[in-house]
Amino acid sequence: MTTLMDLATPNTPNWCPGCGNFGIWAAFKNAAVKADWNNSNSAIVAGIGCHGHMINFLKVTAFEGLHGRALPVATGLKTVNHRLNVFVFTGDGDCFAEGGNHFIHACRRNHDITILIHNNDLYALTTGQCSPETPKGMVTGSTPNGNQDVPFNILSVAMTCGATFVARGYAGDIVGLADIMIKANNHRGVSVVEILQPCVTFNKIYTYGYFQENCYKLPDDFPRTDFNQALLKTFESGEKQIPLGIFYEVERPTAESGYVQLSDRPLLENELVKRNTKELFAKLF
Amino acid sequence: MAEVFSIKIGGEAGQGVKSFGLNIARLATRSGYQIFTYSEYPSLIRGGHNVVQIVFSQEGVTSPVEAVNFLVALDKKTIGYHVKELVDGAGIIYDADSQIETAGLERFRLFPVPLKKLAKEAGGNDITSNTVAAGALIGLLGGDMGKFFEIIKETLGSKDENIALINQRAAQDGCDHIQKTFPGGFETLLAAKAEVASPKMVINGNQAVGYAAITAGVQFVSIYPMTPITALLEIFAKNQEKYGYIFRQPEDEIAAVNMAIGAGYAGARAMCATSGGGFCLMTEGYGLAGITETPLVIIEGMRGGPATGLPTWTEQGDLRFILHAHQSEFPRLVMAAGDAKEAFFLTMEAFNLAEKYQTPVVVIVDKMICECDQGMDEFGTEEYVIDRGKRVTGFDQDYKRYKMSEDGISNRALPGDGNFFVTNSDEHDEVGFSSEESDNRQGQMAKRMQKLVTVAKNEKIEPELYGPEDAELTIVSWGSTKGSILMALKELPGVNFLQLKWMNPFPVNKVREILGKAKMILDIETNSTAQAAGLIAEHTGIMIEHKLLKNDGRPIYPEEIVKKVKNILNQQ
Repeated sequence: MTTLMDLATPNTPNWCPGCGNFGIWAAFKNAAVKADWNNSNSAIVAGIGCHGHMINFLKVTAFEGLHGRALPVATGLKTVNHRLNVFVFTGDGDCFAEGGNHFIHACRRNHDITILIHNNDLYALTTGQCSPETPKGMVTGSTPNGNQDVPFNILSVAMTCGATFVARGYAGDIVGLADIMIKANNHRGVSVVEILQPCVTFNKIYTYGYFQENCYKLPDDFPRTDFNQALLKTFESGEKQIPLGIFYEVERPTAESGYVQLSDRPLLENELVKRNTKELFAKLF
Repeated sequence: MAEVFSIKIGGEAGQGVKSFGLNIARLATRSGYQIFTYSEYPSLIRGGHNVVQIVFSQEGVTSPVEAVNFLVALDKKTIGYHVKELVDGAGIIYDADSQIETAGLERFRLFPVPLKKLAKEAGGNDITSNTVAAGALIGLLGGDMGKFFEIIKETLGSKDENIALINQRAAQDGCDHIQKTFPGGFETLLAAKAEVASPKMVINGNQAVGYAAITAGVQFVSIYPMTPITALLEIFAKNQEKYGYIFRQPEDEIAAVNMAIGAGYAGARAMCATSGGGFCLMTEGYGLAGITETPLVIIEGMRGGPATGLPTWTEQGDLRFILHAHQSEFPRLVMAAGDAKEAFFLTMEAFNLAEKYQTPVVVIVDKMICECDQGMDEFGTEEYVIDRGKRVTGFDQDYKRYKMSEDGISNRALPGDGNFFVTNSDEHDEVGFSSEESDNRQGQMAKRMQKLVTVAKNEKIEPELYGPEDAELTIVSWGSTKGSILMALKELPGVNFLQLKWMNPFPVNKVREILGKAKMILDIETNSTAQAAGLIAEHTGIMIEHKLLKNDGRPIYPEEIVKKVKNILNQQ
């Protein structure tokens, strides 16, 4: 079984003291211990942003790719070795600005991967510019007169694009977030988990205090297989109105299950041999 | 060009011009002739002018030619478009009922045939008139109608037996009509040889690359459609279940390259293919594969650019782009194929190179290679041995993905094999953890770049020399211009040809040796800035004075080369 010590690397986290990433890191490690995620059954793909540094502090094999491009790397990996639990760490700028197109199509195809979105509502690593999640009116380094645009609704976009598991967690609720991570990974199909992540340095609106005050947990009997009710719920926001938990969870064939080539075993488990292609050439004569 | 016969078939897009050409090419090949076909078409599905040229001869034919000996006009516009290319005495088949103005065509031999009428009588529709024309053409050239019937059956019979029968009837009617109306025929050029020495296949570069990848064990392919590699995508799409690899059409070329990198990281033989425009989107992934040391094969099928450029035409404009794309520096292996056969062998080799050196490998082709059908002997694959490079076996507590090594290559582990490692686009230490330390950076950068030295030492990167060693003039080129140059050499004794295949690492010594002793050098490329000549100057210090460049999307014809070389030699 995986222990907390198994997950430790020699590196000390370089996030700002109090960063929401600490909570997400702790939740992931707790989930990994509980669910026994290790280097034989799991892999991580990360994007670029403060979240991406996580790969240096977790002893789980990881690929840190390009800004915005974690999803296509993860889908390539999952397609080749679908026995692996594939986790994507990504950020709000990473996944919805630079990588928005990949998000739409990963949801459509329903790849069996878990997308963990570190949403701090701005660009922190580049010292505080607006992101697709920045609230309207917020002053940032790139919006000195206040952000003119409306934020992107992650969960409703995920649902309308075909995601089959849609949830929201909060970095300050380590136990609840770890539980969502495990359920997201257990779900067969694409799991989209938005994680509310306070940025203590650049985001003075969405603070721990704000989230503590305004988040609430969806009741256990929330009709999470009802598309219409779940979708409506994703539009709920504002004071005392930020739902946490699993909004939507349904079964739909995954991208990987659509290939007969993968029906017996992962592609990687087929021995790589030179193929006889005489039949292909025969048609050319 | 002496000894070759060139036929052009023209019509509107949608009239079946391309399949007409391919069927005539097949017939010529089965009758014992060498063939080369070349299509020109606009970026349209319906309407617009399409033309296919079939060049055939008793001996090798490796490119299209300027001169046209026979024209089949399936619509009224075709004659006007191509009359200037026709040699005196050329034959023209056209629809007798199309009211074509024959004034000014006196120097040609006209063969009007009621194409549409005969097509209807055979039970077909307007498109069937191309089969009537084919029958007439075969009748005039003394071709073997039985062999043509077989081809019709193979190409149409699998869809609908009745359609095959209608087309066979249409072809026979066209043949009968022409032999009755013009009993003298044209010239017996297409008669089936009693014995065909070794049967030849009719193959284009897209087929060659696709079959190469499948032979070499490809496991994951991601391609976004783009001319001229779209047909390659379809080859992969339809054969995947049978051969057990995965093909995915992604949302864009950025996803294509990143998916292939993810698949390569996972341990699969992975590739993507695109044209210059798609490669623009792939450039960030190109360097990602470089710094993460992930094996990746990219096929780059060039066409006229920049931007949308000339989507359905050819160009050799991307050489410098491929050699320099992406910020900073990483080892890239770049090879350029000169024809479909080379594309086949270089693609198979690319999979081994990508895994041996754990870095991106680009095989450059272009529209001429991808889309031109050529008669070729069977490719032998017996000698190909899969080489997956340095791999980790089992669990290693102290495993280091980027461990320093003399040749620049470290043992590769795969996610899920139990070993812990980080595959990192940030500069990283030996384990893969992000590191910005000066010594580490220099060490890892040197390790990666060392791969180019290892490649140059271990692989056969030498260029190919054709013709006499001691020559009055040496032609230097790369890519698909090879075909036209080889055709031209037949009329240019005393001229030799240096073909570059490896563009990076560059075969500095051999190129310097050969060009250093050349009396005169002519660089031939289909681009406007002589990119390879610049590359040669950069690596060898040799400045090439004579250039034959073309950038109108058309191939360089052998006739143009002969003329240019003779001009240079006459000035001496």
